[in-house]
Amino acid sequence: MPTIVVEVMPKAELLDPQGKAVAGALARLGKSEFTGVRIGKRFELTVDGPVDEALLAEVREIAEDLLANTVIEDVVSVHQADVETVAAGETH
Amino acid sequence: MRIGVVTFPGSLDDRDAQRAVRLAGAEPVALWHGDHDLQGVDAIVLPGGFSYGDYLRCGAIAAVSPIMTEVVSAANSGMPVLGICNGFQILVEAHLLPGGLIRNDHGDFICRDQRLRVENTSTDWTNGFTAGQEITIPLKNGEGGFIADAETIARLEGEGRVVFRYLDVNPNGSIDDIAGITNERGNVVGLMPHPEHATEPGFGPDTPAAMRSGVDGLTFFTSAISALVSR
Repeated sequence: MPTIVVEVMPKAELLDPQGKAVAGALARLGKSEFTGVRIGKRFELTVDGPVDEALLAEVREIAEDLLANTVIEDVVSVHQADVETVAAGETH
Repeated sequence: MRIGVVTFPGSLDDRDAQRAVRLAGAEPVALWHGDHDLQGVDAIVLPGGFSYGDYLRCGAIAAVSPIMTEVVSAANSGMPVLGICNGFQILVEAHLLPGGLIRNDHGDFICRDQRLRVENTSTDWTNGFTAGQEITIPLKNGEGGFIADAETIARLEGEGRVVFRYLDVNPNGSIDDIAGITNERGNVVGLMPHPEHATEPGFGPDTPAAMRSGVDGLTFFTSAISALVSR
């Protein structure tokens, strides 16, 4: 089933307390090579029909209006994923 | 005078808000998120809680629920609208107020009686306070950090639209200690602390006079009634 992936991240200049907590846990585990962690969101929107540019444009609009709050977050990616990468839970 | 309180799935303080409305001398009207009907109310309270389990973002799903079409339109026509805690988050998600609310900078949920300074006494929800008055009402949230870009903050400060500021401690990392703001017109007010929990002797914050005697929150609701009466 065609899937459109939307990725949203907290704005770079904002404190990300969740990412900070994970960074703290990594440090406690001795993984000192990581200097920071930020946590964002990945949405997978499935459709029955083909994914064309008009649909992607609509998803971009939805991403800015609902999936992200652009006051505090940025939409960093809107793209079509192929079946294998979605099933494997991997991004491009 | 009828003041509506909207119940969303996951609202917690809708009944407390209704009781506060009654204690202030108005008739509370229960409104339902799934309706397109404000039942002819004169003012609206969006109460605290965890609407839709805070899914997506706090207040994000509630902001697009059916009744919000009517709430946004009423707010834009000048009806007094108060958003408390999750209600404040709904107001920013609905773009009735600028900025955003993010997880507390220290990462913890916080619950305390919070001192505030009332910075703007010309809004529909604060006209009964005196300028600079210091009040104490409960605060309880995990995502109460108010943020906005520098330009928005400058505009809010410059136009006197910061209505409440935290005193003693900044409990959540809000920029400029901002606890609550208003729109240009002064009819829409949002704040993280909970005035509805400080409206009845015996159930409010402690005061020097007596335990749990704090009723500073009552003035929010009597202010709205005054604003409506004077129209």
